[in-house]
Amino acid sequence: MKSFGIHIEGLRKRYGEGDTAVDALKDVNMTVAPGEVVGLIGPSGSGKSTLLKCLGAVIEPTAGRMTLGDEVIFEDGWKIPDLRALRRDRIGFVFQAPYLIPFLDVTDNVALLPMLAGKANGEARKRANELLEALDVGHRAKANPSQLSGGEQQRVAIARALANQPPVILADEPTAPLDSERALSVVRILNEMAQQFRTAIIVVTHDEKIIPTFKRIYHIRDGKTYEERGLGAA
Amino acid sequence: MISLAGRDILHSWSKFVLTGIGLGLLIGVTLTMAGVYRGMVDDAKALLNNSGADIWVVQQETQGPYAESSSLRDDVYRALLAQPGVSRAANVTYLTMQVRLGNADVRAMVVGFEPGQPGEPGYLVAGRQITRSHYEAVADVKTGFQLGDTIRIRRHDYRVVGLTRRMVSSGGDPMVFIPLKDAQEAQFLKDNDAILNERARTTANPTLNRPGVPGLLDAILASQNANHNVNAVLLQIAPGTEPEHVASGIRRWKHLQAFTRTQMEEILVSKLIATSAKQIGMFLVILAIVSAAIVAFIIYTMTLGKIREIAVLKLIGTRNRTIAGMILQQAMGLGLIGFMVGKTAATVWAPFFPKFVLLEPGDAVRGFIVVMVICALASTLAIRVALRVDPATAIGG
Repeated sequence: MKSFGIHIEGLRKRYGEGDTAVDALKDVNMTVAPGEVVGLIGPSGSGKSTLLKCLGAVIEPTAGRMTLGDEVIFEDGWKIPDLRALRRDRIGFVFQAPYLIPFLDVTDNVALLPMLAGKANGEARKRANELLEALDVGHRAKANPSQLSGGEQQRVAIARALANQPPVILADEPTAPLDSERALSVVRILNEMAQQFRTAIIVVTHDEKIIPTFKRIYHIRDGKTYEERGLGAA
Repeated sequence: MISLAGRDILHSWSKFVLTGIGLGLLIGVTLTMAGVYRGMVDDAKALLNNSGADIWVVQQETQGPYAESSSLRDDVYRALLAQPGVSRAANVTYLTMQVRLGNADVRAMVVGFEPGQPGEPGYLVAGRQITRSHYEAVADVKTGFQLGDTIRIRRHDYRVVGLTRRMVSSGGDPMVFIPLKDAQEAQFLKDNDAILNERARTTANPTLNRPGVPGLLDAILASQNANHNVNAVLLQIAPGTEPEHVASGIRRWKHLQAFTRTQMEEILVSKLIATSAKQIGMFLVILAIVSAAIVAFIIYTMTLGKIREIAVLKLIGTRNRTIAGMILQQAMGLGLIGFMVGKTAATVWAPFFPKFVLLEPGDAVRGFIVVMVICALASTLAIRVALRVDPATAIGG
């Protein structure tokens, strides 16, 4: 199993040029070890989403350095030619809403990623079912997403994020639509999955309920990150 | 790899099926329009084939008897029979008119023919051929007449003794066959008031009613009331004879126009129904554009409804070509459903059309290809939108 973390140094992102330029990220430094879950907290407009988009390789940072495991993926430009494959194979995404594909059943929602990566259908579905069992939604494998509760949908989304065994998962407010019990359940699952698969997980959140569960928290303010020891055991 | 398009269609099958039915009815109308044109061409060919003629002889400088009016003396056929290569010759008249059955009128082409000669109905589906010299008729089944019906043509009643089919004019009017003499009278004989009026005019004309010339006026009056004209003479030629050779001889020496079967087919198909064909062609173009617009709108709307899913798919690494393929396959699937519904609908409703609708397999194949091409083109707008979706939109903020 791959066992990478993510390391970010001096990451900057500037939108526009000249007088109208806006520095969304000014100096972002962050390290997340394999198997670790860290929180990323900040007010609206602080640069959380921009950071996630940079980490998710959907927008290009202006400067800085990003390392995934022992491989530099960004330094004065992308070092990986195929960003689509990078996102598919090495970065998992969990969104605020699950955004499951409504016309695929639960198994295929999860199996889609390994299939996109070239795995055979049978192998991909086997992997999907293993993950669904691990996340305690194996009994809903043949259901449509619309038939699941919010918590179940989010667990399926986590399974999808894990499907290609990525070294890093970016979770964008994954507990926002959930009540306290389910929100804490999702965090517990993320922690378990991080441990089990040695995945580095960054959770962007505003959710006061789950903030205390993080062992380390990064605050982002005015485009800069500040690390803080958390109260949690993660 | 699973078929995203197939899964999406299965997931929202009712939307696809209902849309496909709507599109299918439009395609059905398109196929029917093509069938109407094919039917007109086939009717024209059937008209020529069933007449049994190899050459049509008509008035000089006309393209009669179907495309233009033509008038010949009814003794011309004798001279034509004497032409080398001609084996049979027969007079015929054609007149489109209202034929009355009870209180209802039926528009029909009344054909005057000589029984046993070229021009008689080729085959009957019921009853018998005309055997009496007057007042019997054979009608195409499309007239709606039944055996034994009494129909009225001009001032005489005729009994329907036989029924034929696929005998219609180039305008689609069903034919009613009556004896030649009756048809000549129906076409050329004036009404009684007009005859009386004409006699009075002739009698009052001193040039025609000269004193001291007994019998002149009677001869002129008899001539005015006689019906010695026909519209065409149909010729059959001897085996091994070249039709154009015979026709050119008639044109050269008899001062008449003669058309071979090929030439007559050209007149019927390329000239007589050319305007109708253009009309139908315009309908086909408009229907194709409307179909394309409908498919484009539906696929575009469906794609807009999936923007977030498309963004997620792109974010998690789905290739653009996979997403484009999904949309293209959906458009093609819609076209396939539409075509199946349309073909079925056209086949079901074609027999109920008053004119012959000929649905040729070749047209169906061409129609299918056109539908698929239209659907593929119509999906480009939606594909363009999908490919422009930024995967970053899947991430909030």
